Amino acid sequence: MSVHRIGFGDSYRPREGHVSGGRLERVLRSGRFAVTAELNPPDSADPDETYRRALVLSEVCDAINATDASGANCHMSSLGICALLKAAGYSAVMQISCRDRNRIAIQGDVLGAAALGVNNVLCLTGDSVEAGDQPGAKPVFDLDSISLLDTIRGMRDDGRFLSGRAIKTPPRLFLGAASNPFAPPFDYRPQRLAKKIAAGAQFVQTQYCFDVPRLRSFMTEVRDMGLHESCFILVGVGPLASSRAARWMRANVPGVHIPDAVIARLEGAADEKREGKQLCIDLIQEIREIEGVRGVHVMAYRQEELVNDIIHQSGVLKSRAPSIRAASVTPKTETN
Amino acid sequence: MYLMRRIATRNARSLELIYLAFDSVILAFAPVLKLCGFERLERPAAWFESWSKGALFDCRMCGRCVLSKTGMTCPMNCPKQLRNGPCGGVRQNGNCEVAAEMKCVWIDAWAGAGRMRRGGRLATLMAPLDHRLKGSSAWLRRLAERAGEGGAAR
Repeated sequence: MSVHRIGFGDSYRPREGHVSGGRLERVLRSGRFAVTAELNPPDSADPDETYRRALVLSEVCDAINATDASGANCHMSSLGICALLKAAGYSAVMQISCRDRNRIAIQGDVLGAAALGVNNVLCLTGDSVEAGDQPGAKPVFDLDSISLLDTIRGMRDDGRFLSGRAIKTPPRLFLGAASNPFAPPFDYRPQRLAKKIAAGAQFVQTQYCFDVPRLRSFMTEVRDMGLHESCFILVGVGPLASSRAARWMRANVPGVHIPDAVIARLEGAADEKREGKQLCIDLIQEIREIEGVRGVHVMAYRQEELVNDIIHQSGVLKSRAPSIRAASVTPKTETN
Repeated sequence: MYLMRRIATRNARSLELIYLAFDSVILAFAPVLKLCGFERLERPAAWFESWSKGALFDCRMCGRCVLSKTGMTCPMNCPKQLRNGPCGGVRQNGNCEVAAEMKCVWIDAWAGAGRMRRGGRLATLMAPLDHRLKGSSAWLRRLAERAGEGGAAR
């Protein structure tokens, strides 16, 4: 336990009814609207690069996502970023993609991450290698997001590796999955979410939402199936830097759907970047009103400095006590 | 073969009936085949399976056939070989993120399952594949498991 680091608001021992000691799980289970954000990993061995990016996110986030070579582009690893984040006391969500590592490597990383104090993991299939900067790489996909969830749940709840071999101290992890309500087959997406929940998903972070009507119909189905009661849903949002960037994303980032109306709104603005930020704030305000949505996940690619402003202006943290973080590090007032 | 595979998906219901009939026939023959010895039958069975399912479904001989649980669409044709459902990268036109000209395997699987009597089995959690089984006969393994020869089956 000596190297087990706890972040602001994290605790050593999970509370009653909690699987992890993490702040994200506690915020969600206490019914507050949660905020997570993605840290764009540096192409650098300098830890300060990571810390600079974490610092601007940290004030408004319940946990920072460390991406795992997203878009199949090589960057600092998610485990490496998590180690840095935990050393500085931040809460982290370690993203695990099935593209680059087989089941042996992944299970080992899960134990390593838990030992470093990581409380949350996000289980992803991963973008194909063709999407990235090294398309000649060998795609692994030994597991998929669902068998990965099931594997880690087995490690945590049964204390066993996939092989059945016992784990002396099981990892205490809050298990997350991704969902993309904006990719076909639309009527299957809620069922896929149900399958992920059955495999162990406790929270979900969705792909970028720029199409609120589509999200609404997804959430209606989710509520009809009762899925919002067995899983915390955080909707992905992010500021678009310009109409050009939006067009590029739509064409090149797998799974991102941006309606023409959104691009038209950016094009019609005098300052596209400012409009992109305002659009993000508007989206958050609209999304938070949808029943069953329990938080937002901000992905501000190369625009991390905007996240603080976006979250504050959206007003989603208004209900929080200003001293929440200070209060939660002292055990006596940990009730939040 | 892509065309054949898509025709198979469109006829998932009749193929399911054929599958169920075939399944009960081979299970009835299990004791006879056991007498022959499953190991001796492995090569001809794998050849026949690869030939027939290859023609119909673009079967990749993963050794653990799940066609009846995936809308009569072989999930091994997914470039990521996903066995539990579609990834989030499916294009707006329903085509694959990797192979832009190909309809997403799981869009077909979902449509196929909708036509099947037991389409609900699409929700089955698939365990990770045992890569040692690649190229072996899944039918024979099913028979061996039914006949209680655990050794040949994994």
